Amino acid sequence: MVEPIIRLDNIHKSYGKDDILKGISLEIMEGEVVVIIGPSGTGKSTLLRCINQLTVPNSGRVWVDGVELTDPKVDINKARRHIGFVFQDVNLFNHLNALNNISIGLKLVLGMPAPNAKEKALLELKRVGLEQKADLYPGQLSGGQKQRVAIARALAMDPRVMLFDEPTSALDPELIGEVLEVMKKLAREGMTMVCVTHEMGFAREVASRIIFMEHGVVVEEGSPEQMFANPQFNRTREFLGKISELYGKHTE
Amino acid sequence: MTYLTFLEIALPELWEGTLITLQITLITLIIGFVIGFPAALARIYGGKALGAISTAYTEVLRGTPVLVQLFIIYYGLPQFGVTLPAFSAAYIALGLNSGAYQAEYFRGAIQAISSGQMLAAQSLGMNKLKAIIHIIIPQAFRLALPAWANEVVSMVKVTSIVYLTAVPDLMTKAKMLSSKYFNPIETYLTAAVFYLVIIGILTVVLSYIEKTTRIPGLEMEAEAR
Repeated sequence: MVEPIIRLDNIHKSYGKDDILKGISLEIMEGEVVVIIGPSGTGKSTLLRCINQLTVPNSGRVWVDGVELTDPKVDINKARRHIGFVFQDVNLFNHLNALNNISIGLKLVLGMPAPNAKEKALLELKRVGLEQKADLYPGQLSGGQKQRVAIARALAMDPRVMLFDEPTSALDPELIGEVLEVMKKLAREGMTMVCVTHEMGFAREVASRIIFMEHGVVVEEGSPEQMFANPQFNRTREFLGKISELYGKHTE
Repeated sequence: MTYLTFLEIALPELWEGTLITLQITLITLIIGFVIGFPAALARIYGGKALGAISTAYTEVLRGTPVLVQLFIIYYGLPQFGVTLPAFSAAYIALGLNSGAYQAEYFRGAIQAISSGQMLAAQSLGMNKLKAIIHIIIPQAFRLALPAWANEVVSMVKVTSIVYLTAVPDLMTKAKMLSSKYFNPIETYLTAAVFYLVIIGILTVVLSYIEKTTRIPGLEMEAEAR
């Protein structure tokens, strides 16, 4: 039997009295592209952050690539190296140019010598079509370019999985396309991806599975075909209808 | 005596005092940085105990007059058998005081950095220490520079209180000249010009540093918001 590359078992997370996640279990296989949708405040981002332990769940267990990250004995910094994370608000390092944003992790975390790190960083910038922008600082790049550099920064670490937390929702509409193109290319190359996004064009095109979450639980999951054509729950149909209307158009 | 003949006598004296003033300012700022910067880090990253110590230090030293602090160290400590030379007392008192202010400037700068910077560093597998050193501190220094420049300018003037413990700084020299020649207006105005020139030069140097370390594109982004 093939082991899932990401496994979540009964994840609970609450902030004070607010239960954000109420027992989420998930298995994601290598090469899958999973799109998580759901109303805001439903715990999608929290769930994503529980995977790489940027948010530590109150209970439940998380495995990535055979390592239990919720095990207190595990070196979480080491485990995170191979879990790429792309943030909604990008979070490029403001004081470093595009190239150094990518190479700093290679040097400081993987211990790569500077010339090799530079070479690899340039290669990753090329992958997202930004090799011309290597010397520019985040403040000199457009929102879409910044997010592509952030994706390149994560890819440079040779991640086993990539987590995307609403990577396009802070972008101007005309800049969303370039980021989605990079993500689609990645999906076609076989990268395991978990994406919190409402870009339904993207979901339709490359998702192997769509998960609909609400109030901290998984309401329904299935293939895009099944979810769009024949959802089991009215709530799913209603939500998909609404976001397809809002987000579906400009990516098709 | 004309003002020019007075200047002939006064200038070498005031220049000597100026060197002392600069020396105290420099040493004080260094002591303040060595204490204040770690104090800021302790307050933000140091956990409860270290944070409380750091908070107590900054609040007590910012909440009491620097003159009182100087007198406690210079006149008070001898009661406990610790007698410090006037210079050492000045370095310690002003250094501790500056440290409290510098701690607040650096704390403000570190807290102005978006928490996403630390999260992004951690998501790459950086441990907290590496992230603080390579991601947070380089940005914090740049953000703190304007406030820090203000501390430099302020410290040049604050050092003048050491005339009360007989350290021969610019202010002390002026006071001596004024009582010797009975011309307080001429003397103190001349001393004021000395302070003004020192501060003018420092301001130019510091704003040059601020300009050359500025992160390209960041001011553009700030305007766009």
